[in-house]
Amino acid sequence: MKAEDKYIKDITEIRSMMERSTKFISLSGLSGIMAGIYALVGAYIAHRLFFTENNSMLFNTIDRPEITSEMENLIILALVILLLAVGTAVALSLKKSKKDGEKLWNPAARRVVVNMAIPLVSGGIFILILISKGLFGFLAPATLLFYGLALVNASKFTFEEIRSLGIVQIVLGLLAFYFIEFGLIFWALGFGLMHIVYGIVMHLKYEK
Amino acid sequence: MKMFLEDLHKAFESRVRLGIMSALAVNDTLEFTVLKEYLDVTDGNLASHLKALEKESFIEVNKSFVDRKPNTKYSMTKEGKIAFEEHITALEKLIKSQK
Repeated sequence: MKAEDKYIKDITEIRSMMERSTKFISLSGLSGIMAGIYALVGAYIAHRLFFTENNSMLFNTIDRPEITSEMENLIILALVILLLAVGTAVALSLKKSKKDGEKLWNPAARRVVVNMAIPLVSGGIFILILISKGLFGFLAPATLLFYGLALVNASKFTFEEIRSLGIVQIVLGLLAFYFIEFGLIFWALGFGLMHIVYGIVMHLKYEK
Repeated sequence: MKMFLEDLHKAFESRVRLGIMSALAVNDTLEFTVLKEYLDVTDGNLASHLKALEKESFIEVNKSFVDRKPNTKYSMTKEGKIAFEEHITALEKLIKSQK
């Protein structure tokens, strides 16, 4: 009986070490909720400030509109939301990793970052090209699509639920491309609502 | 049951060695400092266990310099992989046989 316990413990430890050394598990569900709130607030501001009167500039591909100051403000708003969301995620992960007695910047974390960076950098360049061509309407769908691809790509090295979140973002991105006049709504659904839902699920599942 | 017991490898009896092998089984290479962090052991303790595994030729050492600082990376050898898999299979069978 005693021997059996030792074998079971050995197996448990093997499994836990394999998981700990390959998966980044310091991501906090709360950062998902916070990112979602920032996105919803941002989408609301964008809607109020930029989208009410002149909707045609979003998907007017013939006139090639210039980058107006309005568009510049929208891009700055998007960058602020991005910085807030990433900053919160890093800060909360740091706190969680300290609590678990792990280092934040371990090989698993590096793998998550590298695997997310490949689709995200491609997407970023793609978005810069869209901006330079004046195709502003495609910005929201493109961010959803590339973000979704990045999540799916990195999901092997963190919580597997990230994969489902990524697939949802990809689907929303494609829908937003097709129903381009509702791009901002899909963006708010993906970056706002889905992040909050995901954050609550993860918080209840792993942090209770 | 005796049969399975023979497959249990003496080298993996220690928790630290079992941990080293588990981490290396799922990572191509790992640095000394990273292993130390995962296992939560002292430098000397980890070094002696790594030496023992290296002697059995279950793991390989790759020493290099990054920014003039020594950087030691460990990886599992083919023999190590086979031995570790046998060890896990033996553990599983032992647990099953006792149920």
